[in-house]
Amino acid sequence: MHGDRREFLQFTGLVGALAATGLLGAEQALAQQTAWNKAAFEAKNLADAVKALGGSGVTESKDITITGPDIAENGAVVPVGVASKVPGTQAVYILVEKNPNMVAAGFTIPAGTEANVSTRIKMGQSSNIVGLVKANNQFFMASKEVKVTLGGCGG
Amino acid sequence: MADPMRIRATSKGDSTEVRVLMAHEMETGSRKDSSGKVVPAHFISNVTVTHAGKVVLSAEWGPAISKNPYLQFSFAGGKKGDEVMVTWVDNKGETRTDKTTIN
Repeated sequence: MHGDRREFLQFTGLVGALAATGLLGAEQALAQQTAWNKAAFEAKNLADAVKALGGSGVTESKDITITGPDIAENGAVVPVGVASKVPGTQAVYILVEKNPNMVAAGFTIPAGTEANVSTRIKMGQSSNIVGLVKANNQFFMASKEVKVTLGGCGG
Repeated sequence: MADPMRIRATSKGDSTEVRVLMAHEMETGSRKDSSGKVVPAHFISNVTVTHAGKVVLSAEWGPAISKNPYLQFSFAGGKKGDEVMVTWVDNKGETRTDKTTIN
């Protein structure tokens, strides 16, 4: 416990500015959690979503890998992973092109965490899954088509 | 209070792999029940994972995440016996925190 504490204090001293965003204690993290980007989650298309996330445009990138099934039998549970090799990746977003609201999830990647997250999402119909990556305040994307044989929304 | 999460944190050399399975309905808000009434949205909106007082992943989720959400990622560092803590908050303000030790 002491070791952790000392390390934490040292770190805070070294990168004071970072401390405010990256090195929060659990309680502070909780308080910060209420932030939820409503505009992004209500976006109906990619351009709006990128705008709501604070970007101006998006570039296709080969450094982003999307893992997922080619054919999903059940649209309510589609396992999807997005991995980014873009240097300086700050955040990873998973979007589904034909869902009522495109953005499914956003992950903030602090330094030291691999830009590789997996989760399970719902898909209303066959659609492209877009992996959107924010790196050095620029946006990059890659997409993968997933065919759904049974819809997951309103089922 | 919601059911506990199932968390696995596995040390893999220099990094730690974290897998979390949460118990949550993840209602989209666009589904109707048998009487035709819209089932109100109820989903986890924020997830935070901390290790040694440091946030290693924070996520914002929409209702398009599957019921009983699953999450997997890795972070650098972490040794056996360290504590990993996961907290979620849903759109109704309910929250749950669970922790595990890395093995």
